[in-house]
Amino acid sequence: MNAAQLEIRTEGGGTILCFTGPLTARAIAPLWSRALATAKAPTPLTLDLAQAEMIDTSGAALLLAIERAHDHTITWHGLTDAQTKLLTQLRAALPQGAPIMPAPATIVRRSLWRTLLIRVGFFGETILATLALPRKLRFLRGAEFFRLADRAGTQAVPLVAMMGFLIGMILAFQSAIPMRQFGAEIYVAALVAISLFRELGPLLAAVILAGRTGSAFAAELGTMRVNEEVDALVTMGVDPETMLVIPRMAAAMLVMPALTLGIDIAGLLGMGFVMMILGFPPDAVIGQVQMATSPHDLLLGLFKSLVFGAAIGLIGCRAGLTAGGGPRAVGEAATSAVVGGIVAIILLDGLFAVIFYRLGL
Amino acid sequence: MSAPAISVEGVGQTFGKRVIFQNVSFDIAVGEIFVVLGGSGCGKSTLLKQMIGLLSPTAGQITVLGHDVARETDAVRRSIGVMFQSGALFGSMTLIDNIMLPLALFTDLPLAARQDIARLKLALVGLADAENLLPSEISGGMAKRAAIARALALDPPLLFLDEPSAGLDPITGAGLDRLILDLRAALDCTFVVITHELQSIFAIADRCVMLDREAQGMIALGVPAELRRSSDNATVQAFFNRQPTVQPRGA
Ligand SMILES: Nc1ncnc2c1ncn2[C@@H]1O[C@H](COP(=O)(O)OP(=O)(O)OP(=O)(O)O)[C@@H](O)[C@H]1O
Ligand SMILES: [Mg+2]
Repeated sequence: MNAAQLEIRTEGGGTILCFTGPLTARAIAPLWSRALATAKAPTPLTLDLAQAEMIDTSGAALLLAIERAHDHTITWHGLTDAQTKLLTQLRAALPQGAPIMPAPATIVRRSLWRTLLIRVGFFGETILATLALPRKLRFLRGAEFFRLADRAGTQAVPLVAMMGFLIGMILAFQSAIPMRQFGAEIYVAALVAISLFRELGPLLAAVILAGRTGSAFAAELGTMRVNEEVDALVTMGVDPETMLVIPRMAAAMLVMPALTLGIDIAGLLGMGFVMMILGFPPDAVIGQVQMATSPHDLLLGLFKSLVFGAAIGLIGCRAGLTAGGGPRAVGEAATSAVVGGIVAIILLDGLFAVIFYRLGL
Repeated sequence: MSAPAISVEGVGQTFGKRVIFQNVSFDIAVGEIFVVLGGSGCGKSTLLKQMIGLLSPTAGQITVLGHDVARETDAVRRSIGVMFQSGALFGSMTLIDNIMLPLALFTDLPLAARQDIARLKLALVGLADAENLLPSEISGGMAKRAAIARALALDPPLLFLDEPSAGLDPITGAGLDRLILDLRAALDCTFVVITHELQSIFAIADRCVMLDREAQGMIALGVPAELRRSSDNATVQAFFNRQPTVQPRGA
C-alpha cells in the first residue's frame, strides 16, 4: 500500500493541510507528528481531503487529534458524506472530558506480615477442613488421589535414583580426601550413611517434591482459580479445601517416605561405588554402615519426610488457591510454591534438629 | 460481478470419526455483512476458525481476498480482524495495551498516535473510561466489546465476529449493530458475524447461511427475510419464526 502524503501550504494568512493517498493505520505513521505540530499554530486551518483515497478509523483518529490540537475552527474540504458521517459518529463516541478509571493497584505488594497471616490462616483452615473431613468424604475422589500420587511419586523415581546416586558418590569422594590424611577412609561409609538417613535423604526428596509437585499443584489450582473453576465449585456447594487440597496433601505425604527411601538406597550405592574404586570390598563397607547406623536413624528421616511432604503440598495448594487473576498469576503461584516450599523445609529441618537434640534422639 | 471477498467451496470438518459438517459452499461479496446461524455446537466457530486459518478443513478449500487460506495464511492474516467467542483478551495487559499491541506490531506510529487511535476504538465500543483496567477486572459484556475494539485496531477490510452481542443488553447490542453498519458504509468492510439475535440478524445481515448439526451441513443460504418467507425447511422456519413453545406468562 502506498503511503499517505501531506502537503502544508500557507495561503492568505491561513494554513492548508492537504492530504493525498490512503489515511489508514499503516499509511499515516510518517505524517502524524508533522500534522499535529502544524495544527497547534493559531492560524486559521483548512483540511483538504479531496484527494484522500480512503479514511479509516485510524485516519479519522488523526483528523480528530488535529481538531483537538487546533483551538480555532477548522474548515473541512472535500469530505464525502460517508466520511463526514463516520467523523461525526467518532466525535460523538469520544468522551468529552469524562474521567478515566484509574488503573487499580493490581500488583499488590503484600507486606511480609500479611503474607504470614494469610499462610497461617490457610494452614488453620486446612486443619479445620481435615477435622470436618469425615462428613464431607463424598467430595474426595479416589481416582484423583491415585493420579496425583502417581505423578508426584512414581514419575519422580528416575530423577530420585539419579540424584541419590550422584550425591552419594560426591559425598564419599569429597570426604575421602581429608579422611585419607588420617588413614580413616573406611569411616567415609559411616559418615555418608548417617548424613543420608538423617538429613540429606529427606531434604533432597523434599527439594525434588517442591520443584516437581509443589509447583504443579500451584499451577493447576491457580489456573482453576483464574478460569473461575474454583468459584464454580463453591457455588455448586463443593468445598474446595476438601476436594482440591486434601487429596494433594495426602498424595504428597504418601510419596515422600518412598522417595526418601529411594534417595537413601541410591546414595548408599553411589557411596559403595566410590569405596570400591578406592579399594574397599563391599562387605567391609556394609559392615561399617551397619555398625554406624541404627534403624531409628532411618525412621527419623522418614518421619521428617512425612512432615516435609505435608508442608510442600499445603504450600503448593495455598499458592494456587490464592492466585490472582490472569495467566501471570499462575506463574507467580508456581514460583511462590517452590520458594515457600523450600524455605519451609529448611526452617522445619532446623526445628527438627533442635527437637531431636533435646529428646536425645 | 467482482471477485468475492471470501469463497468457501465444498468445505467439511471431521474430528476423528465425528463429522461436524460437510459440503459447505458459499461466496461472500466485498462489503457484505454475512451472518452465520445455527444451533449451539453445529460448527459455526469451527467454520470461522477455518476461514481465518486456525484450522485446516478436512475437505474443500477456502479463499479469502484471493488467497488460499491453507497455503497463504500470512497474507490472509494481514487483512483480517477477529473477535473470538471467548474474547481472548491478553490477561496481563490493560485494555488499551491490548488494542495498541497490533498497532505497535504492524505500524510505525509513535506512541501518542497509538494511544489516540486505541482510545478512539475503545470509545467506539463505549469503553472510553475503562482503558486502564485489566481483562480480569471487567465484565463479560465489556470483554466482548474490548475484543471487538481489538479486532478493529488496524481497520482490517475483513472482520470476523464470533457472537459479538451475546451477553450484551439490547441497547448496547443495538449500538453494536449500528457500529457495524456505519463501518461498512464508511470503509466498505466485509463482515462475517456469528449471532443468534433475530433482531440483529434482520438489522444487519445482507445474507446468511444456516448450519445444522443433524443435517451435518448447511440447510439455508440467502437473504434472511426471504428465508423466513419462503424456506420449506422446518428448522429454518422454526428459527426465524421463533414460536414460543412455552406460553409467555400473563398471555
Ligand atoms: N478441537 C476440537 N476437537 C474436537 N471436537 C471439536 C473441536 N472443536 C470443536 N469441536 C466440536 O465441534 C462442534 C462444533 O463446535 P463449534 O465450537 O464450532 O460450535 P458452535 O456452532 O460455535 O457452537 P456455539 O454456538 O455453542 O458457540 C462441537 O460439537 C465441538 O464439540
Ligand atoms: Mg461458537
